[in-house]
Amino acid sequence: MAAHLKKRVYEEFTKVVQQQHEDLSAKKLRLTKPSKSAALHVDLCKATSPADALQYLLQFARKPVEVESVEGVVRILLEHYYKENDASVRLKIASLLGLLSKTAGFSPDCIMDDAINTLQNEKSHQVLAQLLDTLLVIGTKLTENPSVRMRLVEVACKHLTDSSHGVRNKCLQLIGCLGPVEKGVAKEAESQAAKDVQKIIGDHFNDQDPRVRTAAIKAMLQLHERGLKLQQAIYGQACKLLADDYEQVRSAAVQLIWVLSQLYPESIVPIPSSNEEIRLVDDAFGKICHMVSDGSWVVRVQAAKLLGSMQQVSSHFLEQTLDKKLMSDLRRKRTAHERAKELYSSGEFSSGRKWGDDAPKEEVDTGAVNLIESGACGAFVHGLEDEMYGNCVSLLCLDIREALHELLCCTNVSTKEGIHLALVELLKNLTKYPTDRESIWKCLKFLGSRHPTLVLPLVPELLSTHPFFDTPEPDMDDPAYIAVLVLIFNAAKSCPTMPALFSDHTFRHYAYLRDSLSHLVPPLRLPGRKLVSSPVSPSITPHEDPSQQFLHQSLERVYNLQHLDPQGIQELLEFTIRDLQRLGELQSELAGMADFTATYLQCQLLLIKALQEKLWNVAAPLYLKQNALASAAAKQILEETYKMEFMYSGVESRQVVIIHHMRLQAKALQLIVTARTTRGVEPLFGMCEKFLQEVDSFQRCFIAELPQMQGSFVDKLLDLMPRLVTSKPSEVVKILQTTLRQSTFLHLPLPERLHRASANIIEPTGESDNPLRFTSGLVVALDVDATLEHVQDPQGTVKVQVLYPDGQAQLIHPKPADFRNPGPGRHRLITQVYLSHTAWTEPCQIEVRLLLAYNSNRSKAAAKIAKSTWNESLEALPQPETGIEGTIPFSKPVKVYIMPKPARR
Amino acid sequence: MPEIKVTPLGAGQDVGRSCILVSIAGKNVMLDCGMHMGYNDDRRFPDFSYITQNGRLTDFLDCVIISHFHLDHCGALPYFSEMVGYDGPIYMTHPTKAICPILLEDYRKITVDKKGETNFFTSQMIKDCMKKVVAVHLHQTVQVDEELEIKAYYAGHVLGAAMFQIKVGCESVVYTGDYNMTPDRHLGAAWIDKCRPDLLITESTYATTIRDSKRCRERDFLKKVHETVERGGKVLIPVFALGRAQELCILLETFWERMNLKAPIYFSTGLTEKANHYYKLFITWTNQKIRKTFVQRNMFEFKHIKAFDRAFADNPGPMVVFATPGMLHAGQSLQIFRKWAGNEKNMVIMPGYCVQGTVGHKILSGQRKLEMEGRQILEVKMQVEYMSFSAHADAKGIMQLIRQAEPRNVLLVHGEAKKMEFLKQKIEQEFHVNCYMPANGETTTIFTNPSIPVDISLGLLKRETAIGLLPDAKKPKLMHGTLIMKDNSFRLVSPEQALKELGLAEHQLRFTCRVHIQDPRKEHETVLRVYNHLKGVLKDYSVQHLPDGSITVESILIQATAHSEDQGTKVLLVSWTYQVGILERTYISSSSHWS
Repeated sequence: MAAHLKKRVYEEFTKVVQQQHEDLSAKKLRLTKPSKSAALHVDLCKATSPADALQYLLQFARKPVEVESVEGVVRILLEHYYKENDASVRLKIASLLGLLSKTAGFSPDCIMDDAINTLQNEKSHQVLAQLLDTLLVIGTKLTENPSVRMRLVEVACKHLTDSSHGVRNKCLQLIGCLGPVEKGVAKEAESQAAKDVQKIIGDHFNDQDPRVRTAAIKAMLQLHERGLKLQQAIYGQACKLLADDYEQVRSAAVQLIWVLSQLYPESIVPIPSSNEEIRLVDDAFGKICHMVSDGSWVVRVQAAKLLGSMQQVSSHFLEQTLDKKLMSDLRRKRTAHERAKELYSSGEFSSGRKWGDDAPKEEVDTGAVNLIESGACGAFVHGLEDEMYGNCVSLLCLDIREALHELLCCTNVSTKEGIHLALVELLKNLTKYPTDRESIWKCLKFLGSRHPTLVLPLVPELLSTHPFFDTPEPDMDDPAYIAVLVLIFNAAKSCPTMPALFSDHTFRHYAYLRDSLSHLVPPLRLPGRKLVSSPVSPSITPHEDPSQQFLHQSLERVYNLQHLDPQGIQELLEFTIRDLQRLGELQSELAGMADFTATYLQCQLLLIKALQEKLWNVAAPLYLKQNALASAAAKQILEETYKMEFMYSGVESRQVVIIHHMRLQAKALQLIVTARTTRGVEPLFGMCEKFLQEVDSFQRCFIAELPQMQGSFVDKLLDLMPRLVTSKPSEVVKILQTTLRQSTFLHLPLPERLHRASANIIEPTGESDNPLRFTSGLVVALDVDATLEHVQDPQGTVKVQVLYPDGQAQLIHPKPADFRNPGPGRHRLITQVYLSHTAWTEPCQIEVRLLLAYNSNRSKAAAKIAKSTWNESLEALPQPETGIEGTIPFSKPVKVYIMPKPARR
Repeated sequence: MPEIKVTPLGAGQDVGRSCILVSIAGKNVMLDCGMHMGYNDDRRFPDFSYITQNGRLTDFLDCVIISHFHLDHCGALPYFSEMVGYDGPIYMTHPTKAICPILLEDYRKITVDKKGETNFFTSQMIKDCMKKVVAVHLHQTVQVDEELEIKAYYAGHVLGAAMFQIKVGCESVVYTGDYNMTPDRHLGAAWIDKCRPDLLITESTYATTIRDSKRCRERDFLKKVHETVERGGKVLIPVFALGRAQELCILLETFWERMNLKAPIYFSTGLTEKANHYYKLFITWTNQKIRKTFVQRNMFEFKHIKAFDRAFADNPGPMVVFATPGMLHAGQSLQIFRKWAGNEKNMVIMPGYCVQGTVGHKILSGQRKLEMEGRQILEVKMQVEYMSFSAHADAKGIMQLIRQAEPRNVLLVHGEAKKMEFLKQKIEQEFHVNCYMPANGETTTIFTNPSIPVDISLGLLKRETAIGLLPDAKKPKLMHGTLIMKDNSFRLVSPEQALKELGLAEHQLRFTCRVHIQDPRKEHETVLRVYNHLKGVLKDYSVQHLPDGSITVESILIQATAHSEDQGTKVLLVSWTYQVGILERTYISSSSHWS
């Protein structure tokens, strides 16, 4: 609760500051200033009990305080502070002082002396700690003033002897944050205490309280971060702290040792209990390695993390981390190391691999120091055997495999044995990890098309055909067989002699695969068969590409025919949309472009159709039915515009403006329809105002693009704006209706590249007839594996939707870690969806699909609005439409058969 | 001086029949009560007559603690409690309590029904014995009586294995039982806090072994199994029903799944199903991964592993069979071994330790011709492999545990004498603590240095801490006070208080010393010189020149008089109380230097 309150206090304060920046009405401030502090004063004097006073202070903390009045308030607080007997009230006052000194624009040096004075007579440890915290705040605000810092550090040093750990903690924190970092200052300082901050902090490495020890190490690290070069002498102390009883101390000590090892890598440190010496970084490395087998996981994690970033460690020490058995002590330089190695190879310890070899041999080296303790040996082995590790490894492997497949796609192989080997290994991979199917097929596709001549001699073997005998027909559903066929068919594309080697069933399989896996199997020139479509040779640049030309031509046609009769326009649009959709299906490169334009035309078509409705000619109340069609059209256009804006990658602001314009039109349509069908004017007021606001924000957003929108709906609307603002809703509606009808059809310029986001759920396949059984009320985990293409920021936008037969829908946000990025523009989602339901009498199918979530605030237009408000704004602006959130389904739904069983009692 | 006495009745310089008697601060505790697999006569059970010749054991033992369910740790329990007679509490963890009776029953069946022994404990005795068991949770402190408390720590080794801390007052002993310091496929690693016991009794099965990485071993194991199966051979893996068996099953199961292998894997029935049931039940005692994934799939529900039928042994083609018991000394594993031993394509993999005298031990030592019952000679042609999968800590693990717990003394049990000797040296070198390795029946006495709590009045404490330097962390501080031992209580009070309580008058003890110095000046001048010098030397102390011509430094009094005979010699009279030590020395030395 206390934390919550505190948070709120912070919130309040930050808010205040912003407001002050916005409206600097001086009059207002002068009014509030005296009342503020005076009111507080009166309140506090009124308070009869500590609880009362605490309440007043809490209330006060919720209210904003202006920069000008901060000092006054502080004075009043201090006054009460001295009078107050209750520690809790003093504590609150102390914390308020800290908060107040944080106020932006307020320079706390004027209250510093007072704050320090309060420390003198304070008896309560908690209040002392809070006051020191306040001083820390003051100090961090006045960092550029060295004398202030020196003073604060002195104060802190004085309180280091306090018996409460909280106070000592704060003191150390303060010294760490404010202690002098520059050498010069330390010398000038008159005070003895502040001279050597490092020594002061170092003395507290042996404090009796583990929290203080931790704070001391943290303070030391803080000094390091602020640029002070730590002394090497600390190293010895830090090493002792590694054996501390408390995990947080050990964890911090590991960090400190790491820092020192990077500061003084080449220094030589003696090895205890011998007269040899070793490089410091190696010694530190050994020690941190040792912490990998610490009893506490906090320390283990810290040690393992830091090991990875240690530099300049001698290579033979690094090598040891991989071997658990080599029990050298790491404390000696080469000689010692080798001696230890001999020791091992002489077999003092057995590896446990052979029975009976663990009988102790005669001891070889009685002088060997600490053979087992402190070895880097096997740090990684220990790490890998740690419990936390298991899961990560398998995920890592997946990524590695996919990357290897990618690599193999663009590798050139020079011999047929090479191809064969690659195929065999890939098939092995396939049997081991069936989920890699897609990626392996794709890899083989490229392998085949790159090496047709090398595949040719392998064909009989691969298809296991025989010159005389018919061989059994392989199973068409076997992924491995499909993999082989993908390789062969792709090779056959540029090797016309190959089909002669196929047996009958191969041709049948070809036809089947060409249909089912058309993206993997190319069209082949087969005897007695016609080519479905001539392959487009990749050398043609997009501009010369006939299909590209076709796209542009059909668009031209639509845009040019402005003045056809409505019927004609409708038909033309319908045809063009159909053409474009077909084009998108045929030409995968143009699919995004074609779909995008088709959607746009579809919107236009809907708009025209809606405006053709008879509804407009008849008195409103009679045509409730027709209105359904028009409002449905408006709704659909809205949806489509969101799709256009958020589902395509590569959309530029030129397109965004057109999309928003279309959306504006749809909203106008909605308004008109509502006006027609609702009685009374009241609801219309609000709607009209909202619409006009939207027009306004549209104008602000796209002010740069407006000149290109001659004759458009919005252009005309803006001309009429003065009239609209003053008119009654009914008139507004009328104007809108005419403008909508008269406005021209805007061209949609096409961007260079446009891709539609798409998703394909690989798993579940939706083919299983075996229901997934689970006890109702419990959950069952469903593995979902999907590929995503051209999705920007999938972690934030892609959701999984589960639809139950009863209409219940569930939206699942996959973890960010579930998304992998195997290549540019591609993502793979491997996640688990938890399903649950009440008991059913029989198994039923649920639908799983992927959704793309959007939020109009995140769009490019919204960003623009935000920017413009920031620059211009003095007048109050209407809030830009608070983000409309929604989702777009962008994958085919997959059906999963499930069966929640009633729980057994 | 208080002492802890430890006497192993079993497992002293030996593996098997674990049974260790500990007496600590007047309490007697028995740790484990196991049987020995290598013997079939009286030697299989610990010699309980050591505890008492006649009379109930209950009178001599405060409690019995069982670390885990392996028979060499609990096999003698019904005999001990029902036949010898013990009615006190027996402590074990929940899984141990659940599984222990199953193993005991199985053991009884084999001994009585198969071997036909009489005078053995009965099923009813097992039941009665289990009624005396008190189950404990991990990290739960159980008060056995007012003074004796025990606490269990996770030990890895097998399901429900625990290490126990036994504590009386501030003296404590930790008994590890069997433990494992590296997590495996189904269990986590042993863990203990830095409890600094007076004595750590640790197992030392692998005292001289530092094992390869677990992954290496697993890979080797899978490779061997896979190769044999590919060749069409049969693989026999003798295991004990619980523990390694589950780990290896999980290992093979995942491997079969991954490699899409079709060869059947069998597990000899009987115990297994019950055992797996308990593994499913006590999922909280398994490792993190299994605990995390059991919602989707309980790892102990195997897909590829089926129950074994005796007839399957003769089936052609490759197969893998897990059979009990693990040391090939009896039962199904031995039967299958006999059937398959003749074929060199087959393989037997011993995944764990084999006690001397068992068939397992013999074949591992390279014996190729075995004499079976009835003078039969069995020639072993199949391959024999050893794989250290047993979940005991290796030398490094033992060292790690010692480092974690920081004991003052270490005692090794459950290992072979020679190997113990080696490890003992290492431990002594490394940690500079005493290490013991008593044989069975040999008593080790460890002297402890217990800290005794004393009450001190707050006033005295505050007064004393105010004097001199500030309290320094972790360092002992000398205090001035009087210790009163009265009615079994210790109190530290101020001397005045003590005098008052005891009704005694205070006597002051002062030391005096005369120093002769040659100084021709007047007395008061000499005094002034001394005074000035002292002021210069003893800056931190209050040095006063009193009007009567004497100097005081704190409580030290210095007076100067002229020598009665020689006016040139001045006699300095120095007088101090017995409490002043250091100051006096400084003074003396400084004054002598001055003169």
